[in-house]
Amino acid sequence: MYETKYHKASSVADAVSLIGKSDDGKLLSGGQTLVPTMKARLAAPSDLVDVSGIADMHGVSISGSTVTIGAATTHADVAGNADLQAKCGGVACLAAGIGDPAVRHKGTIGGSIANNDPAADYPAAMLALGATIKTNAREIAADDFFVGMFETALEDDEVIVSVSFDAPAKAAYAKFPNPASRYAMVGVFAAQTADGARVAVTGAGSDGVYRQSDMEAALDGDWSPDVLSGVQVGSEGLLSDIHGDATYRANLVKVMARRAVAGCA
Amino acid sequence: MTEGIGARVLRKEDKRFLMGKGRYTDDIVEPNQAYAAFVRSPYAHAEVKSIDASAAEGMDGVVAVLNGEQLTGDGIGNIICGWAVTQKDGSGMNMGAWSALATNKVRYVGDAVAVVIADSIEQARNAAEAVEVDYKILPAVAQSVDALASGAPEIHENAPGNVVFDWEIGELAPTDAALEGAAHITEMEITNNRLAPNPMEPRSAIATFNAAEDHYTLYTTSQNPHVARLVLSAFYQVAPEHKLRVIAPDVGGGFGSKIYIYPEEITCLWASMKTNRSVKWTSDRTEAFLTDAHGRDHVSTAKIGFDKDHKIVGLKVNTKANLGAYMSLFSSAVPTYLYATLLSGQYNISNIYCDVQAVYTNTVPVDAYRGAGRPEACYLLERIMETAARELGVSPAELRRKNFVTSFPHETPVIMTYDSGDFATNQEQAMTAADFDGFEARRAEAASRGKLRGIGFSNYIEACGIAPSAAVGSLGAGVGLWESAEVRVNPVGTIEVLTGSHSHGQGHETTFTQVVAERFGLPTENIQIVHGDTDKVQFGMGTYGSRSGAVGMSAIFKALDKVEAKAKKIAAHVLEASEDDIVIEGGEVKVAGTDKTMGWHEVGLAAYTGHNLPEGMEPGLKETSFYDPTNFTFPAGCYICEVEVDPDTGVTDIIQFVASDDFGTIINPMIVEGQVHGGIAQGIGQAMLENVVYDDDAQQLSASYMDYAMPRADDLPNYSVHHASTECPGNPLGMKGCGEAGAIGSPPAVINAITDAIGNNDLSMPATPSKVWAALQAASAKQAAE
Repeated sequence: MYETKYHKASSVADAVSLIGKSDDGKLLSGGQTLVPTMKARLAAPSDLVDVSGIADMHGVSISGSTVTIGAATTHADVAGNADLQAKCGGVACLAAGIGDPAVRHKGTIGGSIANNDPAADYPAAMLALGATIKTNAREIAADDFFVGMFETALEDDEVIVSVSFDAPAKAAYAKFPNPASRYAMVGVFAAQTADGARVAVTGAGSDGVYRQSDMEAALDGDWSPDVLSGVQVGSEGLLSDIHGDATYRANLVKVMARRAVAGCA
Repeated sequence: MTEGIGARVLRKEDKRFLMGKGRYTDDIVEPNQAYAAFVRSPYAHAEVKSIDASAAEGMDGVVAVLNGEQLTGDGIGNIICGWAVTQKDGSGMNMGAWSALATNKVRYVGDAVAVVIADSIEQARNAAEAVEVDYKILPAVAQSVDALASGAPEIHENAPGNVVFDWEIGELAPTDAALEGAAHITEMEITNNRLAPNPMEPRSAIATFNAAEDHYTLYTTSQNPHVARLVLSAFYQVAPEHKLRVIAPDVGGGFGSKIYIYPEEITCLWASMKTNRSVKWTSDRTEAFLTDAHGRDHVSTAKIGFDKDHKIVGLKVNTKANLGAYMSLFSSAVPTYLYATLLSGQYNISNIYCDVQAVYTNTVPVDAYRGAGRPEACYLLERIMETAARELGVSPAELRRKNFVTSFPHETPVIMTYDSGDFATNQEQAMTAADFDGFEARRAEAASRGKLRGIGFSNYIEACGIAPSAAVGSLGAGVGLWESAEVRVNPVGTIEVLTGSHSHGQGHETTFTQVVAERFGLPTENIQIVHGDTDKVQFGMGTYGSRSGAVGMSAIFKALDKVEAKAKKIAAHVLEASEDDIVIEGGEVKVAGTDKTMGWHEVGLAAYTGHNLPEGMEPGLKETSFYDPTNFTFPAGCYICEVEVDPDTGVTDIIQFVASDDFGTIINPMIVEGQVHGGIAQGIGQAMLENVVYDDDAQQLSASYMDYAMPRADDLPNYSVHHASTECPGNPLGMKGCGEAGAIGSPPAVINAITDAIGNNDLSMPATPSKVWAALQAASAKQAAE
């Protein structure tokens, strides 16, 4: 690891100020991606601004039908939240399946979506739920937030504070883990929202998480796993790597979508 | 006797491991130690035009930046392969030069060109990045078949066409004639995938040169510290043998990868002399993928013929073996004498011919990895046997049984003489345990749930304890393959056993102790096993090839014979009895049929006081043995794997895995079961998960756990492990060896089961979900076309 300067931010404003003053700083939340990357000497931020201690950025709160999750809330806290399990079990279940226990007790939802790894789980949930990502400066719709592989709409030095979404009527996530990394080789989050069916796919797209509009249209007509059998999923725009080619991923998109819909509560 | 041979004694070594008190090489801290970081080639094949270390040399904490010119200039010799294979035409093998630090050319990604020695590891790494190397990139080749093609880049000047050697075994003309006359022929192309060894503890070394005494000490992660010392002194001229102490302390797994002497250990020793500092290097996981010797990587074609009664008449095999960029220490032996000599399997085959082209490529050197050649032979033979059974429309169990060797000794056409075994009993035991007869009902039940069930066999035989020394010497081995032991009885009767075997997970401190406890009826706590230090242990060949039981424990057994004989003489003298009437049991030395007795400790005391010894006897009670076996040992068995495939995703679940092994005498069933479990886990890893992948530029695409799939607990079933043993006539304990059998026998059982389930035999390892799914699509497309 290269030398770096560590700062512990006391508030969102403090974090914004610290990161603004740094040369080439990075926000540190759970550090489950950033720290291993730094240890492999693949990242060399001049400063690390740790947001994990900011109280305002922690916890799950539910008000009416609106669910709000602080950006520094760990996967374990999301997975274990009983209110969320009742209101939107799909998200709690997704969080329970991220990485391993060590990752889940350190990694956070804000860190995950800010990194927008094309094989991360949370981006699929945020996109399928039509979530709103709240930063220190503004609110961004999930549809606008996830721009491409490892790319988001976040400006430099912008800090995610929380995410919120309306609890869907039904939602579930089905993941096919990569045999080596156990990241999503394909993950599909299906949600029956007030705006209709939304289906988001992670792991498969060569440009990161995306919505599967053909499936959404089919599910709008008939919310059932079987209706998805009629949807053609092409391999265009899908990833090919040593673990599986685009044709295989296209098949998995369909299989995982069926399983997500079947698993919907 | 609760702690002797056959008892499930808990592992003595686990106390320190479970308390976190194991002492591994990286735990050792020498005063004034510095750290080494290697400058490694990012290219698979390139000329090194210049190395500019000026920026690095000026950086904080940097002690020295050293390169290959300086290393060879100091007379450090090239790394060699210690087994000379003779080619078909009688010529020697084409061994290319391998310097610990490359001089004018790099030949694989990770090849070291320079080393930085600095006060801290971070300073060393920072400076290593600042060393500027000017490379002229050359075309590279990663696959053996491509390296043999005309126009392929030449990797070593003295290996035209990248051929290291072209070798053969068996008789060609009679084999061709037998196949010509066969009633049925089965032909296959079979690939054995390349694996990275991945011991839990990465390689590490700390070298200290003592200028006042002209003496070197090397702590390192070695399976055979004496061999390391021998090679470092005799071949690499790093230090004379009597001025070099090599210590392999606790070692966290080896699987073969820690047999060899690598550039890093050589460089640390030399750099310690150059800098007058202790020099430490510990591999990180990426370096391990880039530099630990890989395993397997065979591409073969095979042809087997049967007569009308389904008896095998001949087997013909061609294998291209990828040896990587340089010849590692035993690399030549693996695809020859450890591979083709096992192609007869458990079967009576009169005619076998195999030729092997060993090939240089721009990849990590390939050498022995758990099983070393025998998994490749077993996979080839057991896949083609299963395939032949399907083609002939007979039960795979029956086809095998019909061809079993049933009388011993049995000489195969590929120079092995099997000494014992009962293959039919192992097969029957496995089939009963697996409820083979109930399989079709289970298959139907799975089908009702939309799942595809399959079952597969593997009847393996392998060879352990490579021996005797004279025989392996005649085949080209540069060393003898005996083992030594020294048994020291202390004046108080406690015992130290110094062994040339090395334990890096095998549990020798437990099993070796049991053999001693059994002999004298002593509690195991009175016995200490000493290993892994060339200053303590007389000499030893180390641990690999499942040799520590059959060879290492036999040496202990022979030394115990001598101790027992002397102890009896002393006791007979003291107790005024005939030597023939003395019996030793339960820690007592008695005159049979009388109440005359003395404690074992009293014999020890008598030996060391020397007050009352027989006329002419030397004091002391310490004996040594150098044991050279008379033959290999031949563990064998039958493995059955049953799987269920999800046709939607290609995911394979192993429903059951049954093993029936013949390991001869078992010292500690718990430890043997552990070895079988671990071996099968590695075999399942090879069959379903693990694969080293290179791209067209010979860059490794799988050099981290993000892409290299290690088997995890949830990938593996609960094993059903059984034993049906025949005693090995070749050594005093009747042991055969169990360390590698699981990894040798399991891969074909898994693949035979999956191909049975999906109805497509065209499937290579690792059978990942995507490959299995693609094979299913191909099978249904073919069915649709028909």
